[in-house]
Amino acid sequence: MKNIDLVIIGGGAAGLAAALSAKHQDIQLMLIEREQTLGGILNQCIHNGFGLHVFKEELTGPEYADRFIEEFQEENIQVMLGTTVIDIKKDHDFILTVTSMKDGYQHITARAVIIASGCYEKTRGAISLPGERPKGIMPAGSAQRYLNMDGYLVGKRIFILGSGDIGLIMARRMTLEGATVCGVAEIMPYSNGLTRNIVQCLDDFNIPLYLSHTVTDIKGKERLEQITIQQVDEHFQPISGTEKIFDVDTLLLSVGLIPDIALFDSLHMEKHPTTKSAVVDQHLMTSVDGLFVCGNALHVHDLVDWVSKEGNLAGLHAKAYLLHKKPKSNLKVDVIPGSKIRYVVPQKIDFGALDEPITLSFRTTEKMIAGTFKVLQNNQVIAVKKAKYIAPAEMETLEIAQDAFISQDAITLVLEES
Amino acid sequence: MKELTCIVCPVGCHLKVDQELHVTGNKCPRGLNYAITEMTNPKRVLTTTVKTAYMSIPRLSVKTKDPIPKAMIKDIMSQLNNVIVINDVKIGDVIVANILDTGVDIIATKSVHNQTHEGETL
Repeated sequence: MKNIDLVIIGGGAAGLAAALSAKHQDIQLMLIEREQTLGGILNQCIHNGFGLHVFKEELTGPEYADRFIEEFQEENIQVMLGTTVIDIKKDHDFILTVTSMKDGYQHITARAVIIASGCYEKTRGAISLPGERPKGIMPAGSAQRYLNMDGYLVGKRIFILGSGDIGLIMARRMTLEGATVCGVAEIMPYSNGLTRNIVQCLDDFNIPLYLSHTVTDIKGKERLEQITIQQVDEHFQPISGTEKIFDVDTLLLSVGLIPDIALFDSLHMEKHPTTKSAVVDQHLMTSVDGLFVCGNALHVHDLVDWVSKEGNLAGLHAKAYLLHKKPKSNLKVDVIPGSKIRYVVPQKIDFGALDEPITLSFRTTEKMIAGTFKVLQNNQVIAVKKAKYIAPAEMETLEIAQDAFISQDAITLVLEES
Repeated sequence: MKELTCIVCPVGCHLKVDQELHVTGNKCPRGLNYAITEMTNPKRVLTTTVKTAYMSIPRLSVKTKDPIPKAMIKDIMSQLNNVIVINDVKIGDVIVANILDTGVDIIATKSVHNQTHEGETL
C-alpha cells in the first residue's frame, strides 16, 4: 500500500498543469497515466494551432505537450505510467485500486485526488444511427489515433458525420494520406468547427460540407459499403426526396465528447445533467471533500490553453486544501445558467472560502454578433462583460471580483444581445 | 470569380475575387491582403508524420518549419512517404532539409529515443 497526499489521475494537458502547480515540499504527489507516455490526447493531435494563449505561438499538439512534460520531468514528480485506476473508494482517505503490466495490482491511499481523465467520443450508439451495422464506422478521434500514432489509414473512401473540429481535421488528414473524403454532413444549419478549419481542411481540398444534413441509412454486410444522407427540417426530421447516396468504406463520427468520469460514480459526487460531470465550487472541488476535477473531465473545452489553465487552478486549490485544511463550508450557493446560457462552471460558490476573484467558464445556447454577459445577484448586476462573435462552440469566461458580491445568495449569468 | 471566407479574424467575411484581383465583400483592409495572397501565392504549414524504425513509436510527427506553397503539399507528402527515421530525434531536429527546394525544412514535432522500452517512455 502506497500512501500519497495527492493523486492526479491523467497525464494529459490538465493533469500535467495540475501536477506542476500542486507541487510543494510538504506534499507527496503522484501522477497516474494509463498510456506509456505523458501528453494524453495532444500526442495524436499533430496539427498546429495549440498554445496561442499560453505560449503566444502556434504549436502542434506534441510540441505543446512537450513544454509541460519537460517542466514536469525537471520537477521530479512521481509518475506511474501504463497504469490504470480501476476502482476508487473513500473512507477517511481515498483508496485507489490500480493495475499495470509492470507492477500488477496495487492499492494507493490519498488524502486528495484530482480527476484529470479527459473525455471520450460519442459513438454510433449515442446518436442512434439507423441502418446495418458493418465495420468501418468509428469516432474520428479513434481514426486519428490509428493514423497519427500507429500509422494505419482506416479506409480509402470516407464520409464524415458531424462538423466538429476533430472531424474537419481528419477530413484534411485522411485526404493528405491518400484517402478520398466524399463529404461532411452537419445536422445543424451551421458548423460547430472553427471557420479556419472549414477553410483550411475542407475548402482547400474541395470537400463538400452538407449543412442541415444527417446520415439516414447505412448499408454493408461485413464492411461499410454505402451511406445515405438527407436534408433535415427545422425539427431535425429528414425531408424525403433529398436523399444523396455515397459509396464509402468508412464513416467517421465527430458528434460530440463526454467527460470520462464513470470510474468515480462509486464516490456519489453530485453531478450536473448538462456537463455530464461533477458539480464543483470555485476551487474545482466536488461535493466529495478533497476530490477535484479539471480539464475535459469537468467540461469539454475548445482550446487546450484553457485546459492547462484549469488544471493549474485545480492543482493550486488541491495544494491549499492539503496545507491548510479548512472544515467543509455550508455556505455553498448556486451559479445559475440564465437566459441564453447553456452551462456555467463552477456550478457553486463557496462563500465560506471566498478568497480571490472567481472566473466563470460557460457556453451560450446561440450565436450572436455582439452581446453582453451579466451576472445578477438579488436582481442587481454585479459583473458585466461585452463580447463579440459569440458562438456555442466557443467557451467564454468572465471574472467576478470577490468584493462585487452584495450578499451570499445565488447568482445568475445571462446573455443579452446588444 | 472565386469565393473565399476570410480567416484573419472571427468575422469571417465572404470575399469575392475576380480575374483582375478585384476584391469585394471585405469589411477591412486585412481581408484585401488575405484574398490577394490566397489568389496569388497561398501558403500553409503542413503537419504530417513519417515512419520510424522504432517498434514502440512507429510514427514521428513532423511539420514544415515555415509555411510552404499550398500547391506543393501533395508533392511534399509523397516525398515524405519515403522517409524512415532510424536515429534518435529531438523535438525541432531537421528531418529533411530544404524539402523540394522550397527553402523550408521539415522538422520533428516530438522527440524519439531508441532506449525507449515499455514502461520507461515519457
